[in-house]
Amino acid sequence: MASIHKAVLDLKSLDLLANGNSSVHRLDARAKVLVSLVFILCVVSYGRYELAVLFPFFIFPIVMISMAGLPPLFILKKILLLCPFVLAVGIFNPVFDRQILLHLGPLGISGGWVSFASILTRSILTVGTGFILVGVTGFTAVCQALEKLGMPRVFAVQLLFLYRYIFVLTEESGRASRARELRSCGKKGLGIHSFSSLVGHLLLRTWQRAERIHMAMLARGFTGEFHASRQSGFGMPEIRFALIWSTLFIFLRLQNVPQLLGSLITGLNP
Amino acid sequence: MSHHIVEVKNLQHIYSDGTAAIKDVSFIITHGESVGIIGANGAGKSTLLQHLNGSLEPTGGSIHIGHTPLTKGTLPDIRRTVGMVFQDPDDQLFMPTVFDDVAFGPLNLGYTPADVEERVTEVLELVGAGHLRDKPPYHLSGGEKKRVAIATVLSMSPDILVMDEPTNGLDPFARRQLIKLMRDFKHTRIFTSHDLDMVLELCNRVIVLHEGVVRADGPTLEIFNNDKLLSECRLEKPFSMQGCPVCSSAIK
Ligand SMILES: Nc1ncnc2c1ncn2[C@@H]1O[C@H](COP(=O)(O)OP(=O)(O)OP(=O)(O)O)[C@@H](O)[C@H]1O
Ligand SMILES: [Mg+2]
Repeated sequence: MASIHKAVLDLKSLDLLANGNSSVHRLDARAKVLVSLVFILCVVSYGRYELAVLFPFFIFPIVMISMAGLPPLFILKKILLLCPFVLAVGIFNPVFDRQILLHLGPLGISGGWVSFASILTRSILTVGTGFILVGVTGFTAVCQALEKLGMPRVFAVQLLFLYRYIFVLTEESGRASRARELRSCGKKGLGIHSFSSLVGHLLLRTWQRAERIHMAMLARGFTGEFHASRQSGFGMPEIRFALIWSTLFIFLRLQNVPQLLGSLITGLNP
Repeated sequence: MSHHIVEVKNLQHIYSDGTAAIKDVSFIITHGESVGIIGANGAGKSTLLQHLNGSLEPTGGSIHIGHTPLTKGTLPDIRRTVGMVFQDPDDQLFMPTVFDDVAFGPLNLGYTPADVEERVTEVLELVGAGHLRDKPPYHLSGGEKKRVAIATVLSMSPDILVMDEPTNGLDPFARRQLIKLMRDFKHTRIFTSHDLDMVLELCNRVIVLHEGVVRADGPTLEIFNNDKLLSECRLEKPFSMQGCPVCSSAIK
């Protein structure tokens, strides 16, 4: 429990990265959200056996991380945190799908492994982009941008509360499990019994705290509208940013770039 | 709202589990008054305060702020008038950094970014938390959180300041600072505290709550000199009125 607690606190520090002041940070949130959406759409729209075509897309996260000065290792660790889930989703592909699709020398690679690798790559790309987006924009600003881009306000606010609720829940669970650990004197507490009552208790507590925080927000003039402290408009830099990246993604999506490169080098047409 | 009168009439609050936390409370607090609400643990102080900005809905009775009844429709206006510091600062801080948290209120009030910046810097200095502005609130000490929570409310320039145990967890210096700050605040102040010396120093009027009803309401000195009342309500004289225990035991 303690390690989850720490991981989520780390997630909060992702939000802190958004206080940076690079050229990417200064861009209007809408431009970044738009570009990220186009990116994600392009990446997930590939078929399940496509792998090589995904690699050129890594240029976007890499350029963003270096331009915004985000700590690459930190982002990488956050992505790794998600890997168990992806593994759970994709791990059966190699078992069920044994048709040989690729030959690497004497080694035959089955379709299952290819699709597994494809899922993994696509998850890393999309999740990484999500983290980077929050890291250069801040979650509040992302929600705000989504709303300005036409998402109904109710959903935007819901999303924000969900995000806050995760923190409230982990903070409460961190406290409760610490209290339990301290009083169980190194033994396993009272086993499953005390654990289940702890969980029930936790949900109630979290709910109450979330309610009190909501009250505090209302007490400070919250009317369902979020204001970012960074003020910006959709100007020339935003248009350039959105245009260049989106065009690149769509180009990458429509053309098979690795193959194109290969044929250029070998001078053959496919 | 020119006259920030707070009028509570026959207020009653029963929690959903059946606990009658406030049974029958009435009082009128006029503009510029500084009133201390004291009472034992569980007397209903926090419950009472949370009604003053509509955080809790009364089960019975009514509340008027500056002659405006507290209803759903008037709530936004009343919340702008009444600044509220909760007992637990963790309930009050929810943004990624101290700066964002203090800026939350002013941004909602529609200040321009430049004004917000200025206002936030100003109030953080006022509570002695200027050096904390870029820290995340969950990395602060208890007393630091409390000070930031107070700043979040001051940043909205409320006309009525309501605080639930403001000096709880503050070091002596920060407590002094807060007392000075509250003395300089010219509008209505209402707060609960177990720090009776602070109540003595800041308030000319005290309301004593006991098991959900008003046991006494009057001038501070009069109440603190009423030994029978104090002991019945599980209270004591402020230390500064008790005489020095070291010196007096030397005389005996
Ligand atoms: N959410 C709740 N549900 C049920 N009962 C509650 C709830 N909150 C408080 N109470 C009860 O209401 C009574 C008054 O609580 P309140 O928090 O107002 O006390 P208080 O005077 O602020 O005490 P303290 O000095 O300890 O802060 C207590 O008996 C408490 O047990
Ligand atoms: Mg209380």
